[in-house]
Amino acid sequence: MKAPSEHSTITNTVTATRQITFAQAINEALAEEMRRDPRVFVIGEDVAEAGTPFKVLSGLVDAFGSQRVIDSPISVAGITGIGAGAAMTGMRPVVDIMFGDFITLTMDQLVNQAAKIHYMSGGKLKVPMVLRTTLGATRRSAAQHSQSLHAWLSHIPGLKVVVPSTAYDAKGLLKSAIRDDNPVVFFEDKMMYQLKGPVPVDEYTIPLGVADVKRAGSDITLVATSSMVHIALAAADALQASDVSAEVIDVRTTSPLDKEMIIESAKKTSRAIVIDEGYERYGVTAEIASIIADGAFYYLDAPVKRMGAMDVPVPFSPVLEDQTVPTAEAVAEVAKRLCNKR
Amino acid sequence: MVHPKAKPASKKPVSTPSRDQALHFYRQMLKIRLFEEQVNQLYLGAKMPGLAHLYIGQEAVAVGVCEALRRDDYITSTHRGHGHCLAKGASVDRMFAELLGKAAGYCRGKGGSMHIADQDTGNLGANAIVGGSAGIATGAAMSAKMRGSDQVAACFFGEGALGQGLLYEVMNMASLWKLPVIYVCENNQYNEYTNYRETTAGEVAARAEAFGIHTETIEGQDVHLVHAKSLTLVERARRGEGPAFLHCNTYRFHGHHVGDVDRSYYRSKKEEEEWKSKRDPVKLLAEWLHKSEMADGKLLDQIEAEIAAHIKEAVQFALEAPYPDPNEVNQHVYA
Ligand SMILES: Cc1ncc(C[n+]2csc(CCOP(=O)(O)OP(=O)(O)O)c2C)c(N)n1
Repeated sequence: MKAPSEHSTITNTVTATRQITFAQAINEALAEEMRRDPRVFVIGEDVAEAGTPFKVLSGLVDAFGSQRVIDSPISVAGITGIGAGAAMTGMRPVVDIMFGDFITLTMDQLVNQAAKIHYMSGGKLKVPMVLRTTLGATRRSAAQHSQSLHAWLSHIPGLKVVVPSTAYDAKGLLKSAIRDDNPVVFFEDKMMYQLKGPVPVDEYTIPLGVADVKRAGSDITLVATSSMVHIALAAADALQASDVSAEVIDVRTTSPLDKEMIIESAKKTSRAIVIDEGYERYGVTAEIASIIADGAFYYLDAPVKRMGAMDVPVPFSPVLEDQTVPTAEAVAEVAKRLCNKR
Repeated sequence: MVHPKAKPASKKPVSTPSRDQALHFYRQMLKIRLFEEQVNQLYLGAKMPGLAHLYIGQEAVAVGVCEALRRDDYITSTHRGHGHCLAKGASVDRMFAELLGKAAGYCRGKGGSMHIADQDTGNLGANAIVGGSAGIATGAAMSAKMRGSDQVAACFFGEGALGQGLLYEVMNMASLWKLPVIYVCENNQYNEYTNYRETTAGEVAARAEAFGIHTETIEGQDVHLVHAKSLTLVERARRGEGPAFLHCNTYRFHGHHVGDVDRSYYRSKKEEEEWKSKRDPVKLLAEWLHKSEMADGKLLDQIEAEIAAHIKEAVQFALEAPYPDPNEVNQHVYA
């Protein structure tokens, strides 16, 4: 089972930091942006007094009132459409979709409406909306509460997709997402909400579309997203014992994707594994692996490997579920093979 | 003497529309009629890429509703949306240009017939997903309320959208939160090629009433009636008294789209003729103008000639207008 590690590396901060959880980082980002911009509001099921089932939004309604932290009916498509309409007419909604699995219910409003309105209107209308939701298995939540469906939305031109892996990234990226003039879907790994990491006291943002080297290395590149960044970091730790130096690249946003950083790292190390918690087939790993194969072909010493979630509905029983998600051991094994280490 | 506690009469007599107003409605409706006839000609002459869904027969709804709105009020529209765009104030030349995929079009040729949007007139866009704009219209109303503006949103949809769940999700929220949105159901009797009675259980009005939404069912071919009702509902919404549902009975005189010529398998010629001869909204208004001695045949002919000339000029403009630069294909994907 994947265990959240404490591997959050801070690369570009100069100010004082403190340790806060991923959930607190999200909460702070929202509070800061709501304070900064009266157009920002939150809408979703049980977001106000309940602060969501994960308690990520606790306290926001006390600070901003129920006019800006709005408990909605259980109308997933409805609040997505309302978000789009409000965004087109001068507001900056943050729509809360409790579980990433429910993204299926938002599809028309996200894919046919929000994503296309700017283009279809010849650049006149804008949809500055954020849709926050979750991804990630191993919570014993079974097939309808455990999927990682970010690949679906990364497929759609007009949407941006964020998959943060640390409290620091989550806060900086969410603030940028709220300020972005496009519809942004923000995926939070529910297993990561209690993961602590250093976050600056001072305000900061992180641009969308810039990957991050979470660990530098020279023998193999591990490209990872969200939850899998921690798996990659744990694998990199384990690989040290076998004298393999692994570089871990956190893509941070799957759309836009920082192709350049990924390709450069693969060129440098000459080997790559792409790790993502979405289903493996037709998934994020397929896209990134093909980008590496294309962009770093003449530098590669081994085929690019992909590790995603097993292509099965996520099962309930722990002995079954744990097999479906890449583990640090499995990643380390594949890495050793690619590096001819045994 | 009026008793001090007597309630004001609940039904105020509808005041007679002024001549200026009636003539303006006539111009607007005729503009839509002639625009659509021209669209059909463009299609038949193979000058227009793709298809179009003509609004002919339903003009009184778009004009009656939009004339009750301000320029900064919002509308959302449908695949059958040319009438809504024009009634809200779009100009015919840029409409034609969009239909022909030209750079001068409202969406630089990227939207086409089914996606015309015009921010300047509050048109948040036509929508090719049946029922797809109900969320956007409701969100615009929510935004208006949150911003403290007194704008109102009108959401146009055909009765086919009654089959889509989104509508019920957002009507519930609009009622809960008293949002200034008017749901305008244009019941032209057919969901594409199927009579709505085969697809719609119960009464249409009851669906909105179930959410506690103020609902009216009216004859949609009488522009004065549509306008008067819309004014009441819009002003009510503007005052913060919440959403309304306006169910208009109407009819599309042409096919579902320009290519739908043989319609006998889903509706009879006799039915079509009956609507065209007895319930043509443009003819009805012309007759009304005559009867109330506001316009004679000569004036109406003159108006028609003016509009026809205007349309002709606009089509010519669009036909001659350049296509977008091919490099624009990947512009405007992201803001
Ligand atoms: C969700 C969806 N389903 C099907 C269609 C195909 N379609 C286009 S128009 C139409 C009929 C719509 O009927 P109605 O809403 O009554 O509008 P009308 O065409 O009568 O104006 C259908 C089925 C579509 N565009 N969207």
